[in-house]
Amino acid sequence: MNKIVDKEYYSDNVVRLEVEAPRIAKARRAGHFVIVKPDEKGERIPLTIATSDVKKGTITLVIQKVGVTSRKIANLNVGDHITDLVGPLGQATHIEKVGTVLMCGGGVGVAPLLPIVEAFKKAGNKVITILAARSKDLIILEDQMREHSDELIIMTDDGSYGTKGLVTEGMKRVMDREKVDLSVVIGPAIMMKFASLTTKEYNVPTYASLNTIMVDGTGMCGACRVTVGGKTKFVCIDGPEFDAHQVDFDEMLLRLSGYKEIEQKADQDYLDQHK
Amino acid sequence: MSVSKEFLKEERDQAWRNEIRKSLTAKERTSLARVHMNEVDAMERILSNVEVNTGLTAEQAQCEAKRCLDCIDPTCISGCPVEINIPKFIKRIEQGEFLEAAKTLKETSTLPAVCGRVCPQEKQCEAKCFYTLKLKKEPVAIGYLERFAADYERESGQISVPEKASANGIKVAVIGSGPAGLTCAGEMAKKGYSVTVFEALHEIGGVLKYGIPEFRLPNSIVDVEIDSLKKMGVEFETNFIVGKTSSFEELKEEGYQAFFTGSGAGLPRFMNLPGENYIGILSSNEYLTRVNLMHAADSLTDTPILRGKNVAIIGGGNTAMDSVRTAKRLGAERAMIIYRRSMDEMPARVEEIKHAQEEGIEFLTLTNPLEYFANDKGRVNKMRVQKMELGEPDASGRRRPVAIEGSEYDIDVDTVVVSVGVSPNPLIPNSLPQLEVTKWGTISVNEENLQSSIPEMFAGGDIVRGGATVILAMGDGRKAAAEMDKYFKSKK
Ligand SMILES: Cc1cc2nc3c(=O)[nH]c(=O)nc-3n(C[C@H](O)[C@H](O)[C@H](O)COP(=O)(O)OP(=O)(O)OC[C@H]3O[C@@H](n4cnc5c(N)ncnc54)[C@H](O)[C@@H]3O)c2cc1C
Ligand code: FES
Repeated sequence: MNKIVDKEYYSDNVVRLEVEAPRIAKARRAGHFVIVKPDEKGERIPLTIATSDVKKGTITLVIQKVGVTSRKIANLNVGDHITDLVGPLGQATHIEKVGTVLMCGGGVGVAPLLPIVEAFKKAGNKVITILAARSKDLIILEDQMREHSDELIIMTDDGSYGTKGLVTEGMKRVMDREKVDLSVVIGPAIMMKFASLTTKEYNVPTYASLNTIMVDGTGMCGACRVTVGGKTKFVCIDGPEFDAHQVDFDEMLLRLSGYKEIEQKADQDYLDQHK
Repeated sequence: MSVSKEFLKEERDQAWRNEIRKSLTAKERTSLARVHMNEVDAMERILSNVEVNTGLTAEQAQCEAKRCLDCIDPTCISGCPVEINIPKFIKRIEQGEFLEAAKTLKETSTLPAVCGRVCPQEKQCEAKCFYTLKLKKEPVAIGYLERFAADYERESGQISVPEKASANGIKVAVIGSGPAGLTCAGEMAKKGYSVTVFEALHEIGGVLKYGIPEFRLPNSIVDVEIDSLKKMGVEFETNFIVGKTSSFEELKEEGYQAFFTGSGAGLPRFMNLPGENYIGILSSNEYLTRVNLMHAADSLTDTPILRGKNVAIIGGGNTAMDSVRTAKRLGAERAMIIYRRSMDEMPARVEEIKHAQEEGIEFLTLTNPLEYFANDKGRVNKMRVQKMELGEPDASGRRRPVAIEGSEYDIDVDTVVVSVGVSPNPLIPNSLPQLEVTKWGTISVNEENLQSSIPEMFAGGDIVRGGATVILAMGDGRKAAAEMDKYFKSKK
């Protein structure tokens, strides 16, 4: 079970894994995630499902190496097995025909955005997609995104590819130019915060897919809680997508840093051991 | 379920029972003092996760068993949710037939080694003991004796594997591997069904594994029970969330003809106080899961844990007691219980409160949290509390705590564990719109037979009762199995 059948490096730090998981492949919809525990002593972390292949019975995960657990997962090779994999979890994205949609993906957030882009396109929307990253080598899934988008805009912080500038600048340009009916943003919390502030200025309804700390992913622990519209919500069962304009991103950013010191030390130890 | 008086009398009149009963006079028996449980010293045990209670020796157990008067009308049995034949198993211990004693326990209880450790005996069997009711003396230590017999059997390596009816080829699914699910699975396997248990987490055992700490219930004890289910042919699928990984319809297509849902009361409640989402404030489920399921305190595992210096636990139940004692073991200088009523109303088992006190846990009773404050990094550093007094009794019969005006003060804390109860896990109800639930979100069942609004689905344990007890969950699992069997027989 959970055998890795394909692996591809998008960059030094970003890896795509195709994993055998027939039941999850069949049950999952755009927006769903899984919880992965790489080995016996490992931690449970959430990863959004990028795509699945029902016939082959596989799901695809895109992992950026940011800490011990993501490194362990990204370092697995074809033929290896993930010890524990459970899902699909969370509420699926609500897909409908609304008109023009603006899809914004930052960093590895582009991976979970792909199935949503596909689904909105299929539902008959005009899809404008913005991919944003620090630099050219961090832009992933460009071809696949282009295939399912009416227009693809690439923004890099350093101008090494596409247009130089932040994701919000690209968003403004689109919204100045034409009427957007809905926006979906997925990426680092800080990017989602500013993207959400931007669409608010233009009164464009926006969904953000939140990537909080999780333990069980089934509603049992509350590690994933966020404040949405003044109420505490559990991302794993109420989300992961929420009305971005209602999300308290500052609180979420703080909570994400809750174990930072311990994690950084663990990561350094891991790197030292695997030099 | 009720054992008949005639049956109990018949058993009591057996020759061996008469003989042992007459070996001492009632006066001799009542003059004996209640045994003390052997324990690891408090200052030593807080340095590790060793089990606090070390059990009775055979000699101690036999001596305690002598105290039992083998009453004509054994009221203790009525205090036991699964009606263990208490005098019979105790007299077997007195007789020295410890394996027979264990067998008696297993006639009605599937997990005696667990229940002997975690049941609130002082509110159940021991509250109904003749010593408590009539003599106003300390009750017979029924819980200790239960544990003794079950441990003896396990350690002897002569665990009796229950007899199994021949396979009937009918596939049934059990959802959740807590005490309710494990019991139902065992009973169905005995009746010849082919049983698969589906568990959402990567470990089997439900709260017994992720919640109750090692120092109170070692995992190895639970594993022995799981192994014996495996030996009986029960299949386990971990990392499988029924309703998500596969739907009920799909499982039916795969041949499962009936379901037992024992999915527990997983969802932690918070109090919605200002600042409650600061870093360092977590639910007891998260705290205990990190330590017990993920082994976060072990430096070889990857899951992190916040080791607080000043740790406050909000609540007074078993979960609160387990959390505060865990905090102590993780090195807290101050580990505090903050509870809005007084010691007398505390719902935790008396023994846990006693152990906590010995371990240096502070009890701030009649105290309620109002608000949390944090440093510039968002880590909680202070909490404001208010003193309470007890007013009139409320619906639960306990005196309602009332705030004392102007009594607010602040306490320095760096970790807060919120342990104020759980709500039913909504995963199953959400994935089955036709399943009827109560306004609390628990699954509605016919109390007579534990059948839900979907005829082929039975349910029990915390998902039906809200946060309850291991023994009640176990009792439900057993009853549901009997009823499920009837359901199949009536369909034929
Ligand atoms: C810390 C703590 C201490 C306690 N101490 C005591 C004590 O001393 N004495 C006592 O009697 N009681 C105690 N209790 C209460 C007792 O543990 C519970 O009443 C009992 O475990 C309930 O059993 P259950 O089988 O209904 O559910 P649980 O033990 O909660 O098990 C339910 C299982 O179902 C799984 N599940 C849920 N949904 C799905 C799904 N869709 N698919 C697959 N699996 C699913 C869950 O992951 C879980 O493992 C304590 C509880 C806690 C949390
Ligand atoms: S991850 Fe535990 S409740 Fe969401």
